[in-house]
Amino acid sequence: MSNSAVTGRIHSIQSLGALDGPGVRFVVFMQGCNLRCGCCHNPDTWDFSGGEIFTPEKIVEKAKHYREYFGTKGGITVSGGEPLLQAEFVREVFSLCHKEGINTCLDTSGSILNEDVKALLAETDRVLLDLKYTSDSLYRQHVGCDMEAVLRFLSYLNEKQIPTTLRQVIIPTLNDNKQNIFALKAIAEKYKCVEKTELLPFRKMCQVKYDKLGKEFAFAHIPEPEPKTMAELEKILNE
Amino acid sequence: MEHKNWNGFKNGVWQNEINVRDFIQTNYKEFTGDSSFLAGATERTRKLMEKVEELFALERQRGGVLDVDTDTVSSLTSYSPGYIDKENEIIVGMQTDSPLKRGVNPFGGIRMARQACEAYGYKLGSKVEEEFRFRTTHNDGVFRAYTDEMRKARKCHVITGLPDAYGRGRIIGDYRRVALYGVDRLIEEKKKDKNSLAADNFGADEVRLDEELFQQIAFLGKLKEMANMYGFDISQPAADTREAIQWTYFAYLASIKEQNGAAMSIGRVSTFFDIYIERDLANGVLTEEGAQELIDDFVMKLRIARHLRTPEYNELFGGDPMWITEAVGGMGEDGRTLVTKASFRILNTLYTLGSSPEPNLTVLWSTSLPENFKKFCAKVSADTDSIQYENDDIMRPIYGDDYAIACCVSAMKVGKQMQLFGARCNLAKLLLIAINGGYDATSDMHIGPQMPVMDGEKLDFDAVMERFDIYIEWLSRLYVNTMNIIHYMHDKYAYEKTQMALHDTDVTRFMAFGIAGLSVVTDSLSAIKFAEVRPVKNEQGFITEFETVGEFPKYGNDDDRVDIIAKDMAHKVITELRKTPTYRNAVHTLSVLTITSNVMYGKNTGATPDGRAAGAPFAPGANPMHNREENGALASLNSVAKISYDDCRDGISNTFSITPEALGRTEEERINNLVSILDGYFAKKAHHINVNVLNRETLIKAYEDPEAYPNLTIRVSGYAVNFHKLSREQQREVISRTFHENI
Repeated sequence: MSNSAVTGRIHSIQSLGALDGPGVRFVVFMQGCNLRCGCCHNPDTWDFSGGEIFTPEKIVEKAKHYREYFGTKGGITVSGGEPLLQAEFVREVFSLCHKEGINTCLDTSGSILNEDVKALLAETDRVLLDLKYTSDSLYRQHVGCDMEAVLRFLSYLNEKQIPTTLRQVIIPTLNDNKQNIFALKAIAEKYKCVEKTELLPFRKMCQVKYDKLGKEFAFAHIPEPEPKTMAELEKILNE
Repeated sequence: MEHKNWNGFKNGVWQNEINVRDFIQTNYKEFTGDSSFLAGATERTRKLMEKVEELFALERQRGGVLDVDTDTVSSLTSYSPGYIDKENEIIVGMQTDSPLKRGVNPFGGIRMARQACEAYGYKLGSKVEEEFRFRTTHNDGVFRAYTDEMRKARKCHVITGLPDAYGRGRIIGDYRRVALYGVDRLIEEKKKDKNSLAADNFGADEVRLDEELFQQIAFLGKLKEMANMYGFDISQPAADTREAIQWTYFAYLASIKEQNGAAMSIGRVSTFFDIYIERDLANGVLTEEGAQELIDDFVMKLRIARHLRTPEYNELFGGDPMWITEAVGGMGEDGRTLVTKASFRILNTLYTLGSSPEPNLTVLWSTSLPENFKKFCAKVSADTDSIQYENDDIMRPIYGDDYAIACCVSAMKVGKQMQLFGARCNLAKLLLIAINGGYDATSDMHIGPQMPVMDGEKLDFDAVMERFDIYIEWLSRLYVNTMNIIHYMHDKYAYEKTQMALHDTDVTRFMAFGIAGLSVVTDSLSAIKFAEVRPVKNEQGFITEFETVGEFPKYGNDDDRVDIIAKDMAHKVITELRKTPTYRNAVHTLSVLTITSNVMYGKNTGATPDGRAAGAPFAPGANPMHNREENGALASLNSVAKISYDDCRDGISNTFSITPEALGRTEEERINNLVSILDGYFAKKAHHINVNVLNRETLIKAYEDPEAYPNLTIRVSGYAVNFHKLSREQQREVISRTFHENI
């Protein structure tokens, strides 16, 4: 299935990613997303037609410029947008990275599981799975897919024993409550591939991006969580 | 040779010759553990530091200068002893008779001393004025010899900041020699050197050296006398840790009493001290707490060192810096690390005494440093924004393992090499002068080779480069010759007697040139090459603006198309400089470093083809221009790392600011990630980096309410400053810089 003719649409590249996977990472943001999360902070990655076209070789060539910074833990992270939509391309990137000894990490919402995605996961060292909510109704209302799809994806990760970090954005009034954290913990315990769970505070810095695009920020009315709330939820998570 | 004060030390060649490196290599104990052994500040230290903080507050209230002794010329023995709190100080010695009181040092130039007094509401004493009526200062000498063209280059700011009216500095005495050998032995060795000159023919060089040795010996005598005034006999080697630190400090103190050089580094003392500390700990006469206390007191003394400067000087070197640079860590040539417990202790002063710009703590980073030390450094950086890093792996092969850093980024073997400092030329302005055929629009002056203003609808890259080469050639020769005059006169009228007495007699000299505006020139040339740059002429027919149409690659994005321009430019300049011989056969070196003068250089430079407006600040040092980086922090670091240290042996300065949030979620992540960044950057053979981990918002708050942030320290270009001590303009420039954040 190796196909060097495949190209990818890239939104942007961040040479220093310290928050998306272990260690220092070269982060590639893919263009195009199938979901419309209310909390999305990258609305400029939604459109499938935007971005710049790259070959896998070119991306890996760039990533290689940064290998001295990766140390023992770092590497490449492909995020988005939704990287699963360009699974074939990302798989090729990861496979080339592995030939170079570069660790690979996939940051995804996990709503798609097809043969291309399975092939991609075979080249993935770690998945950062953005589990948006722990309830199917919130998923349907604020994400645009059902939660079952994401759990199927997680089951597959579990089956293949791919180390996974669960990540959830904490959004006041929607999931900033104990019950949600308990549910999250239950999922983390059930799926043994989950090594770590991270809570990220909902941020509104992206408002400017929405304004610039003339798009409506669905969660503009929701406040950012208080540091105190985050600390409390963290505590419950780690108890 | 034996001495009772050396008991417990391992024998080596250091006993038979002046060789501090051998003493260190023979006796030091490397340390690879973590910081858990460190002690905090003692009650005594805390109380003394409170007094110092009160003095700092008073100094701030009085507009930056606490007091000036206008009637005494600063020298080793011209003031009676001064103290912060005599009973409670364990390391003593003051520049004048009272803490933070500044002395006057007119040897560089009497006008500068006069203006400096007046700037703070004082008047230079009549006795001093009278005395210097009959003396030639360094400044007098230089201006007797300057050619018309040199004066013009200075006036139009194409070469600026030259040390022609103040001490050149950038010389590091091997202050440790006084502790290890005692002054008598040093005098004895210098006398031998002087006597051995008799075997030579006496030409101008030999006569000069002979007289210099006379002066060195005389000032070693004065050094003893100065210590005596404080009740210490330093003729013999130091007997314990306290004496070792005290003796070393006295030697440094004598140097800053004698000289007001722009940068007066302390050298590389912590691992040297550690040998004494280990001996005392083993003998049960010192505790860890006691060791930290001694280092704390020493550092406190360094923090109150001051020179009296003029406002013009502060524009170049903002924040009242002394550059008391201490090189910490590094690796030995034999593969052992030079990190000792004292390396931790000196960094620990940023906790025991709080964060501070001085001493200028400089970690010599090697990818082979012990992991525990790397992590501790990263933690201190994240907590205090007070340390800088330089690449030991590229410097050690050149300077060995007992070098130190003068000022910000200038490496030299301690006691064996010294530098003739030469500030910098403005490369961006030179480009504009070249395009205008020898005319500087900002100063309305004709300078350099005269030729027609460049013609055509758009600037042609090859034609511009051809033109630029002519002007680089012209300026390089002028620059070297100007420096030759300056340093001839400095040696003649303001020779560094104490510091040179603490060097080998046969010393290697570097002549350090510098360039400012590298990123502006690079992006401008990139614009000319890859976009379309249309020159706009004024009424007189000179080009004063540019219309730049289209995209062009910008330095700071790890894009070879443009980064190579920066690399080639540095190579071209040093190659041209080398063509003109130097005073005393000094080795030509080049730096890409601006201190805070990037603001002033920008102010004096017209609009440039990269889109920078007339008068807008340059980026500091080798930094890419603000906010032109599109691929994040590491891409920017990679661009800077491409400039070759072989071309820029006097250092390549880069200042890196990142928000804590962008560096990691937890403290542990932030520390580990910072270590990875430093390892990566230096593995790329980059030379220097200042690290700030802070939010722009903090700086904005400090800008609006300076009183609330008296100790906010940030790294700027090769050094650190108290943010409140920068001018408003410099503060705004710092705020406008790129902060790498998580978006």
